[in-house]
Amino acid sequence: MSEFRMPSLGADMDKATLVQWLVKPGDTVARGDLVAAVETDKGVFDIEIFESGTIEALKVGLDETVLVGTVLAIVRGAGEPAAAAVPEAPAAPAASPLPAATLPPPAPAIAPVPTTLQPRAKVTPAGRKRALELGVSLDKVSATGADGAVTLADVERAAAQARPGRTPGADMRSVIAASMSRSKREIPHYYLGTTVDMKPAIDWLAARNRERPITERLLLGVLLVKAVALALRDMPEFNGWWTEGAFRPSDRIHVGVAVSLRRGGLIAPALHDPGGMDLDTLMRAFNDLMARARGGHLRASEIADATITVTSLGERGVESIYPIIHPPQVAIVGFGSTVTRPWVAPEGAIEARPCVHASLAADHRVSDGHRGALFLAAIAGLLQQPEHL
Amino acid sequence: MTEEQIRAALLESIVAVAPEVDAAALAADTDLRDQIDIDSYDFLQVLVGLHERLGVDVPETDYQRFRTLDSAVRYLAGRVQGSSD
Repeated sequence: MSEFRMPSLGADMDKATLVQWLVKPGDTVARGDLVAAVETDKGVFDIEIFESGTIEALKVGLDETVLVGTVLAIVRGAGEPAAAAVPEAPAAPAASPLPAATLPPPAPAIAPVPTTLQPRAKVTPAGRKRALELGVSLDKVSATGADGAVTLADVERAAAQARPGRTPGADMRSVIAASMSRSKREIPHYYLGTTVDMKPAIDWLAARNRERPITERLLLGVLLVKAVALALRDMPEFNGWWTEGAFRPSDRIHVGVAVSLRRGGLIAPALHDPGGMDLDTLMRAFNDLMARARGGHLRASEIADATITVTSLGERGVESIYPIIHPPQVAIVGFGSTVTRPWVAPEGAIEARPCVHASLAADHRVSDGHRGALFLAAIAGLLQQPEHL
Repeated sequence: MTEEQIRAALLESIVAVAPEVDAAALAADTDLRDQIDIDSYDFLQVLVGLHERLGVDVPETDYQRFRTLDSAVRYLAGRVQGSSD
């Protein structure tokens, strides 16, 4: 028997509200299955289970808000008898899905919910989704649905009435404010930048995309993420987290990709191990991540796992970005928009070339500018040989 | 297929990606992407939507034909099979 706990949702989130159970007692689950949806100030996320077995009991009800580490469900491992059959059997030591240091003290056996905020109105799934999109607070919506449930129409009516003065994404804004204030307060940033000749990468991409249907085309951003992930392999001091006064490097490379959201704010979910994917696989993973980032079905692991972040201004921004590190990470790589600029070719001739300004903000507690310069130069070098990405 | 049908398919594809856009309020002859805030990922999704609706696969070399709504509709009219022009 083991306990399935509320997973970490990133350093800036210590609690979440359970808004949907995707399993019920008796259901069989396998490692990686989505079992519940939880809501934080950043939005709604799906959470995965990391063991296989049978759901024995659910310990947290809908609309309850609980701390990270709280037991959400009891899972019986394959081959284990049901609890009721052998109540006196000594429990096998359960593997904790979280480091012990992050867990709250064990809750009393009878009261599984450490913190319960006031329960909210019943809401239809379409109503909840629309409320998130519109930034409508559900407890301010008059319900007209069956059993007093808030419907899609109720949400839209409330949004129309509340529009003057209402700030969609206000919760997201406060999350960003807290995280960025902490970053600027605690992290001694240093900044480096370099202009990268993008002609080889853009020419290679155009030739490759010319032969492909629209659904299989690659975006330049995917090459940038892959280059960062590959360059990081030899630069461990930019990959990991600063926690409890020390740097903990990560042996995995998960690149957070900053995505701006239409309802306001931004989020940087992780692409898991992009350095290990070929570009087509990475593009599919990127499409999937972007669609879910904007549609509201990111996974908890994608929010908590990033070991570094990449932010790209896209093709219609400005030349340079001086990014701020997302704590507890220790580095962020920025790419400005592609601009056409005079470039001195190796033979000394001056040509108009597409260029991108790449920047690095890194934590001076962990690394120095010399290594940062080598890291940025390695990224620029990889982009000169796109066929090897 | 008429130009009006093509224009409707284009606006549907845009609104599917950017639900906050008021399609009726878009100016037809000024820069489209100055009016709607979409990035290169969103733009690719608009083109994927057009591919589903109209069967037109727009090559990257023709992306600049989407500068305005009018120029995009003219371009698509020339690419849609069975179009009247």
